[in-house]
Amino acid sequence: MTATLEAPAGDEQTEVGAIPSFEVTLKIRRYSPESEHGDEAYWDEYTVLAHGTDRVLDALHKIKWEHDGSLTFRRSCAHGICGSDAVRINGRNRLACKTLLKDVNPDKPITVEPIKGLPVIKDLVVDMEPFFASYREIMPFLITTGNEPSKERLQSAEQRERFDDTTKCILCAACTSSCPVFWTDGQYFGPAAIVNAHRFIFDSRDEGATQRLEILNDKEGVWRCRTTFNCTEACPRGIEVTKAIQEVKRAMITRAF
Amino acid sequence: MATSTRTSSSLAAPRSRSVGRGTTRGNYELYSWVFMRASGVVLVVLVFAHLFVNLMVGDGVKAIDFAFVGGKWASPFWQIWDLLMLWLAMIHGTNGVRTIINDYAERDGTRLVLKLALYTAFVVVTVLGTLVIFTFDPCPADAPANLLASFCTA
Repeated sequence: MTATLEAPAGDEQTEVGAIPSFEVTLKIRRYSPESEHGDEAYWDEYTVLAHGTDRVLDALHKIKWEHDGSLTFRRSCAHGICGSDAVRINGRNRLACKTLLKDVNPDKPITVEPIKGLPVIKDLVVDMEPFFASYREIMPFLITTGNEPSKERLQSAEQRERFDDTTKCILCAACTSSCPVFWTDGQYFGPAAIVNAHRFIFDSRDEGATQRLEILNDKEGVWRCRTTFNCTEACPRGIEVTKAIQEVKRAMITRAF
Repeated sequence: MATSTRTSSSLAAPRSRSVGRGTTRGNYELYSWVFMRASGVVLVVLVFAHLFVNLMVGDGVKAIDFAFVGGKWASPFWQIWDLLMLWLAMIHGTNGVRTIINDYAERDGTRLVLKLALYTAFVVVTVLGTLVIFTFDPCPADAPANLLASFCTA
């Protein structure tokens, strides 16, 4: 162990340039059918000591590790890449690992809920299967015809740029579960599926655009989008989701007329 | 503070319906989407010209009486104008409300009832309106002459 690690924790508060720490209260929506609460969801409040550099995920960790081990949530990489920990923080869908506590007003209790529109399994964990089902439906893989080339499939920088935005998706479901049309009956394909279809429809190497447009030209496809921009606002990767959906609509209209 | 989640039993799981109900693909929603944009633009012209002619030109709103309407509907131009306005507005509005019902009705039963009411209202208004525009008699036989359009006495 190094000397710095052994330094008493109390001294850190007074050091110059030290990270400020503060008390923060998290109001978490719990659901655990096997507990005494039964099939009812309820709110639990926890107050923990957090640092200025801490994210909501750090606070959740602290609660789970030091206060209540029964609190359940998903996280894998904890660095905004895997898309496991999309939750609803203060009424907005965000990644718990990309949201700093100081950015969501720690003076008041911070509400953390599971993302809406998907069945809650326990606490903050939702069943993602319906979400992935509509993702699979749009065939998120390269479709080509003819012989495979013996080298890479080449593409110009401009051709790559055309769909660059939609390649950033991490399938966290923040967009789909922020969509009011998806909340109603969950039949809508959802923004994420359309974004990932967009990624292939506008890829010059892909030849499955017609099939994908056909799939999304559905009663529950792109035409249910009401352009409320909830998805664009929710996307932790900054994808212009609504724009992508409109581009798919336009491709369908130019194909039909 | 415990409010129930909508996860258990009351709602079917998202996207569960797509299994075994046949395809819902087709150009219907595409055409309806395009129609809403196109009819919207046309209606802006039709409605504002209608308002201008009825309320601003000449004596303005004070000129509207039975004779005014009778005179307008004696001309095929205004018959077709009003017919277009009636049909486009009714289809545009009905399609909009249909969309809202699809978005907000959660149960199939609610959706069915609301849509039946909507389509009934659509048929009644459109059929009655069309009938009136085409069978309108600007010069009814026993009406007092001062209420009729000028061309009736001739």
